[in-house]
Amino acid sequence: MISAPHAHDHSSVNRVMLHVCLALIPCTAYSIYLFGYAALNLFCLTILSSVLWESLCLKLRGVPQTQLHDHSALLTGWLLALTLPPWAPYWIAIGGSFIAIVIGKQLYGGLGQNLFNPAMLARVALLISFPVQMTTWPLASADWTMFNFIEGMQITAGLYAVPDSVTGATALGHLKTELSAGGHAVHILQNDFSALAGFLGNLPGSLGETSALLILLGGCWLLLMRIISWHIPLSMLITVAVLAAIFHAIEPARYAPPSFHLLTGGLMLGAFFIATDLVTSPSSKGGQLVFGTGCGATVFVIRTWGNFPEGVAFAVLFMNALTPLIDLYLRPRIYGRTRKGTPAKTSYTSKTDTE
Amino acid sequence: MAFFSPFRGGVHPDSFKELSATLPIMRLPIPPQLFVPLRQHAGSDAVAIVEPGSHVLKGQLIARAGNGLSAPVHAPTSGIVAAITPVTAAHPSGMKSNAIIIKPDRKDTPVKVPTLLDPFKLPRDELAQKIADAGIVGMGGASFPAAVKLSSAIDRHVETIVINGSECEPYLTADDRLMTERAEKIILGARLIRHVVGAQKIAIAIEDNKPNAISAMQKAAVGEQQLEIVVVPTRYPMGSAKQMIKAVTGHEVPAGGRSSDVGVLMHNVATAYAIAEALAESKPLTSRIVTVSGGAIVRPQNVEALIGTPARYLIEFCGGTVNTPTRLLLGGPMMGHVVQSLDVPLIKGVAGILALTDHEITNPQASPCIRCGRCVSACPMGLVPLEMANRSKHGDFDGANDYGLSDCILCGSCAYVCPSHIPLVHYFQYAKGHLNSQTAQSKRMQYTRQLAETRQERIDKAAAAKAAAKAAKANRRKRSPAKTEKSPQGES
Repeated sequence: MISAPHAHDHSSVNRVMLHVCLALIPCTAYSIYLFGYAALNLFCLTILSSVLWESLCLKLRGVPQTQLHDHSALLTGWLLALTLPPWAPYWIAIGGSFIAIVIGKQLYGGLGQNLFNPAMLARVALLISFPVQMTTWPLASADWTMFNFIEGMQITAGLYAVPDSVTGATALGHLKTELSAGGHAVHILQNDFSALAGFLGNLPGSLGETSALLILLGGCWLLLMRIISWHIPLSMLITVAVLAAIFHAIEPARYAPPSFHLLTGGLMLGAFFIATDLVTSPSSKGGQLVFGTGCGATVFVIRTWGNFPEGVAFAVLFMNALTPLIDLYLRPRIYGRTRKGTPAKTSYTSKTDTE
Repeated sequence: MAFFSPFRGGVHPDSFKELSATLPIMRLPIPPQLFVPLRQHAGSDAVAIVEPGSHVLKGQLIARAGNGLSAPVHAPTSGIVAAITPVTAAHPSGMKSNAIIIKPDRKDTPVKVPTLLDPFKLPRDELAQKIADAGIVGMGGASFPAAVKLSSAIDRHVETIVINGSECEPYLTADDRLMTERAEKIILGARLIRHVVGAQKIAIAIEDNKPNAISAMQKAAVGEQQLEIVVVPTRYPMGSAKQMIKAVTGHEVPAGGRSSDVGVLMHNVATAYAIAEALAESKPLTSRIVTVSGGAIVRPQNVEALIGTPARYLIEFCGGTVNTPTRLLLGGPMMGHVVQSLDVPLIKGVAGILALTDHEITNPQASPCIRCGRCVSACPMGLVPLEMANRSKHGDFDGANDYGLSDCILCGSCAYVCPSHIPLVHYFQYAKGHLNSQTAQSKRMQYTRQLAETRQERIDKAAAAKAAAKAAKANRRKRSPAKTEKSPQGES
């Protein structure tokens, strides 16, 4: 039997995923331009292996391969690639996508069932297991002549010893090191950080996180197409900015200003593309605000007082774990009921009968 | 009147109203045969009071209201009763229900109308009875007997009569045309309803996508006291009573309560029209305006047709279908239901007959829920459809209820926006059915327990009485009343 409604808005999971991929194209393309052949290799390899892992899992689970058409594995691979160091070796790509797709998603029961963001799960597992490979950042040179195609392949294959002269620290990492060496935040940033570079993306960093401008562009596209709502990204960014502003005002020597926090690291990418992952974020608007605020606060705490210079992945995973709880407690109020669910007393007062 | 805080959620489906919105109402010729079902309303079937072979006149009572909640049925035209037999009902299952088949004599001779009196001078009870006798039911789709709704509102201090002209379902333009062409009679109907229930104000709510209807109604309302044409934004499900009341009055009907709890009684424009016809002209409900539309219909139109007209005849009048339609619907695409056959007759509550083509409907395979929350944003009741569906699917009906299943109005907004094409409404209908039967069962059990307890009590009492009698007898035999032990009370 076919039941109502017989009309539909023509949305589909596949279309949702493809829109997100489309929104990622500008920042991805720019990053590959910045980091050269090795970055291109890493990007393609991560996506390819993600799709292959997905296909293998579907086969083992007895699910038709047509489910690949939802393009969720493509997107997971893509997002994972964007959070990896651009010159990471091939086994980081393949192993990372294994963790993301097989452990982070399919073992939970496939699409829609996972508690944690698969790409973030993989990134954190890699970061903890392989700290060296996961924190080797090439400079954003945009110089494709420095390493040719063959050398790019060698970097990806892990056969090319990357000279120290072409690597550097991320802005967040640099600040953390200098601060622990007793530096003054304002001076460090004045000397070594340009907000414009952070905005445009000419900084060392993960493959897709560098250009705040292009990520913002993609994010606006998603907002425009109503794939995501403003609640998570805005609450996350505002929380970080507000906390940074407060602490910077209290002690500028130890705490970086909001502009630095907003334009560096994975915050922009996280706010628009990672924290907004549909599966692992709350489904109600109120819940999304709490989720975004929680992510922002956690990011700031980790960046400022934690061991790691960056905390977006940890923050998102932490809030992912709280999502079922948020969903349980922050439901919309039901029409005609109080927040507690009891029938509401009406605000209407009957006038006495006029007869 | 508090102007808008429109309701939360809702969706904006493509309207497709342009197919028929500007076309005047056409009167359908009398079809060669009419199939007048005995069940066209919520409640019990009407009971036929004519025999096959008898001659009936237009407007003559042919089936009286059944027991309890019911409504009578009248002959739509004059002719011979050919048979009283089961025909395919306007129901998705394609099941059959009894109908009176009339072979029209094409003379359309009406029954004698009693002298018309000014209805505003008649007592309210009499008016309510007249509405009941005219067989009027809610014509927006619910088909609840109108008189029952009115009588139950009479002593509940209704302040505002809301006349629903929102027509929020896509494709349908029957109410739009009715308002555009016959505004005066709708307003008369609304005033009569106000008179019957003793309310003060009338608010006629029309969605802002019907400019012609709005201006016609405004023109007809000039000089009316306490009557307002309220233009509401176009948003589905505006026509749902709870959402409409919130949009027009700003009040929410408490959960489990009725519209009258916030001083409102709501009727559809077509119902108001039918009430005006019944009270001012003594015409029972024997015809209605129906939109015949959809991509598969050659000439979509608004047709005034006799109750009992087969859908096939209506569609042929509109030029037939382009090619075999993929889906036939009674009502709109959001809440209407599928019919399998063109033989279903038009009944009082059907505002549209739609023949949709392949690309107007979507019925792809459902894929896993990605928890995107679009259903949560779309739900006009503030429910969490994804959790309700998940729990219903796994048989956890109480869990589903915890997320608001009992408050669900089955409007379909959630399923409309679901990117995974999950048949959410289907799950909710299933779960609601289950909950209803559970409630019925627990009621039955409670009743049984009560019976058992009463019985035990009775037995105990009888035993006690018996024992007491025995003791008394023994005492009498002993003839030593002073030394008697206490009788063994309640021992059994």
